[in-house]
Amino acid sequence: MWRDAMLVAGKDLRIEARSKIALNQIAPFALVVLLLFAFALDPDRGFLQEATPGLFWIAVLLSTLLVVQRSYAVESADGGRDALRMTGLDPAGVFLGKSAAVFVVLAMLEVGLGVGVRLMYDTSLRGWPVLVVATVAATTGLVAAGTVYGALAAGLRVRETLLPLLFLPVVAPVMIGGTRAFAAALDGSSGEAWRWCGLLITFAVAYVALGMLLFEPLLEDS
Amino acid sequence: MEPVIHLRDAVTVLGRFPALAGVDLDVTRGEIVLVAGPNGAGKSTLLRLCAGLAPLAKGSGQVLGFDLERRRREIRRRVGYLGHTNGLYLDLTAEENVRFWARSVGAPVGDAVATLDRLEVAQRWRSLAVAHLSAGQRRRTALACLVVRRPEIWFLDEPHTGLDATSRDLLDSLVREAVTGGATALVASHELDRSAALASREIRIVGGVVAGAGDESERPTGDS
Repeated sequence: MWRDAMLVAGKDLRIEARSKIALNQIAPFALVVLLLFAFALDPDRGFLQEATPGLFWIAVLLSTLLVVQRSYAVESADGGRDALRMTGLDPAGVFLGKSAAVFVVLAMLEVGLGVGVRLMYDTSLRGWPVLVVATVAATTGLVAAGTVYGALAAGLRVRETLLPLLFLPVVAPVMIGGTRAFAAALDGSSGEAWRWCGLLITFAVAYVALGMLLFEPLLEDS
Repeated sequence: MEPVIHLRDAVTVLGRFPALAGVDLDVTRGEIVLVAGPNGAGKSTLLRLCAGLAPLAKGSGQVLGFDLERRRREIRRRVGYLGHTNGLYLDLTAEENVRFWARSVGAPVGDAVATLDRLEVAQRWRSLAVAHLSAGQRRRTALACLVVRRPEIWFLDEPHTGLDATSRDLLDSLVREAVTGGATALVASHELDRSAALASREIRIVGGVVAGAGDESERPTGDS
């Protein structure tokens, strides 16, 4: 399973390195989202600093949708989905590999977004340890859920519109947990932030386990 | 001899349409079976069923001794399927695609290079992204991806499409070589002249059922 996961992750990351879709399209999109919020919420009135955690996670969430859709688009082109099934790779390994590749891409986007909120919103980032743990846990949850629902939608003609419909309601706990953990950490209440991390870690573990169990029927039947 | 493909009353439903409506078929090791029939008869679905890609809705079937309903992943690991699409990653190079397939079955990376050599894939386009290759070059790369896995059964759906005369000859020689080495092949094709010359037996599918079958003594002549 781990060998298969490494193989799939390596393949997806190599494709991303070649196509540079995340770098040239998704990262600018995420930064434009941050910029538009800066225009919408007057920076002089202090709203932006207060809203930073929520705005950061909304930008991450929208980017996740695009990265997951891209991850499955490369499998849909030229009969790739059948090809992936024909490899006979362990479905749990395929799930972990695709998730790992999406995680790496999202993590890089999040670093860019972190710099973006620091510069555009003038938010001072405090409580680094809890911010990092919350980011890793929330990203893992988003990636795992996105990979599960991406596989579900991938075989359908309406996948572009179906994926957001399935994915966004499901990841509401990640949005809430991530936003609250960040808000608490930036306020200096690290105890409360760690409690929200618990929710994020629980969600991530649940969806990783679910994905490993469900990926085979999802690949077969969707 | 134990058949490597054994279907009894096999039914496959696509949507609500029974693409295969009760197929009986036995194929023994070392055969090259030409699957002929009109458009929409069920040739591609038969190949996809046997390759473990299409579900068996009713009836029974075994491929290489594995049950088609419950053990499709084991079947897929051991067979190769070249369908209407090539199954290539367009952003990867031809060589990277073949390496991926080689590694998926645990074959050494050197096998990928050897296979590309065997398929006479020119060095100058091995390092090009597949998106920049011609249809024929892509088809040849897809064939290399199949060959590198050393499948026990080759399922080839219109395999000559998009290939030039040299590539077609090469494909035929690869199939013969594999069969000599103990593999089996099912070839669905409308190009009966060429495919019949390759095949040791022909079956004809009409309306989702096998309408006629022959054996070694009924070798197709190419005008059927």
